[in-house]
Amino acid sequence: MSALYNLIFRNNTAFVGAVFAGAFAFELAYDNGMDKVWDKINKGRQWKDIRHKYVEAEE
Amino acid sequence: MLARTCLRSTRTFASAKNGAFKFAKRSASTQSSGAAAESPLRLNIAAAAATAVAAGSIAWYYHLYGFASAMTPAEEGLHATKYPWVHEQWLKTFDHQALRRGFQVYREVCASCHSLSRVPYRALVGTILTVDEAKALAEENEYDTEPNDQGEIEKRPGKLSDYLPDPYKNDEAARFANNGALPPDLSLIVKARHGGCDYIFSLLTGYPDEPPAGASVGAGLNFNPYFPGTGIAMARVLYDGLVDYEDGTPASTSQMAKDVVEFLNWAAEPEMDDRKRMGMKVLVVTSVLFALSVYVKRYKWAWLKSRKIVYDPPKSPPPATNLALPQQRAKS
Repeated sequence: MSALYNLIFRNNTAFVGAVFAGAFAFELAYDNGMDKVWDKINKGRQWKDIRHKYVEAEE
Repeated sequence: MLARTCLRSTRTFASAKNGAFKFAKRSASTQSSGAAAESPLRLNIAAAAATAVAAGSIAWYYHLYGFASAMTPAEEGLHATKYPWVHEQWLKTFDHQALRRGFQVYREVCASCHSLSRVPYRALVGTILTVDEAKALAEENEYDTEPNDQGEIEKRPGKLSDYLPDPYKNDEAARFANNGALPPDLSLIVKARHGGCDYIFSLLTGYPDEPPAGASVGAGLNFNPYFPGTGIAMARVLYDGLVDYEDGTPASTSQMAKDVVEFLNWAAEPEMDDRKRMGMKVLVVTSVLFALSVYVKRYKWAWLKSRKIVYDPPKSPPPATNLALPQQRAKS
């Protein structure tokens, strides 16, 4: 606990930096995770699911 | 004591003055009608005359116009059946295979009369067509160039940034070619009609083989119970096997109608898939934050909500004192 305190909460710069880094990391992880859920819900309905049929046929 | 009585006397005087003022106002307002002249006989005559005038004007109106019958079921149109569209569910995208089929139906059937003027070719890329398909399709049509250095406007093949071409040069030409009826632009038609997808599907599939007995169909019109007024200039266009789907789906009337309706819904709301995905993310985050805020509130209020207020009465009665009210004391 004191290690956490010394690392993040003691110094304002470190604290603000941790907030920003945490927000960045959370946003990245959350967006990716929710997109995966979304693609699972809509499996086979989106363009990326049927795209291969038409792109390969032309090349 | 003197001061108190003086005060009280001015107060009573003021109330008397108020009353007098009100009385004066009332008499002034009733004076003009001449209260003495109102006899019951004259009142009765006036009431009878007013009733006769009202009844007479109503009778005259019906004599002139007959019974008004606005918004009959025929004018309203049959209400469209509710269909369980999958793409209308909260967490479902458009079925892009259906969009591709619907676009084929639009291109081969609807586009001969209806424009889709708000959809550019670039919008089709990545949702319905590949880039190469969209470019090839755009190049089939000619568009005006910018004026060259002699001010002449020439023709060039279409690009991805061009919009789908209109079947007619302008609305007048469209009316002239369609017996006076203007085929509406279909870009936003799903948003622009009550019932949306249900209405358009019902309209496309709802043409009876012949109009029911007793229905009056105007010249050049077709009977469709779902169209407000029931007389629609567009004849039934979708018949089984009209279109040859590239993915082998049997092209029944209802299949084509369903595909083209989903395509038109995409044309009206191309942002729907992204909107719903973002909505899902927002709802998940806000529900977590809401639960958190409820927890924090309960945590912070716990000491207040769980406290107990007890009335602890004094052990012995207090000594008797003179608790009479001040007025009573003044009187005595």
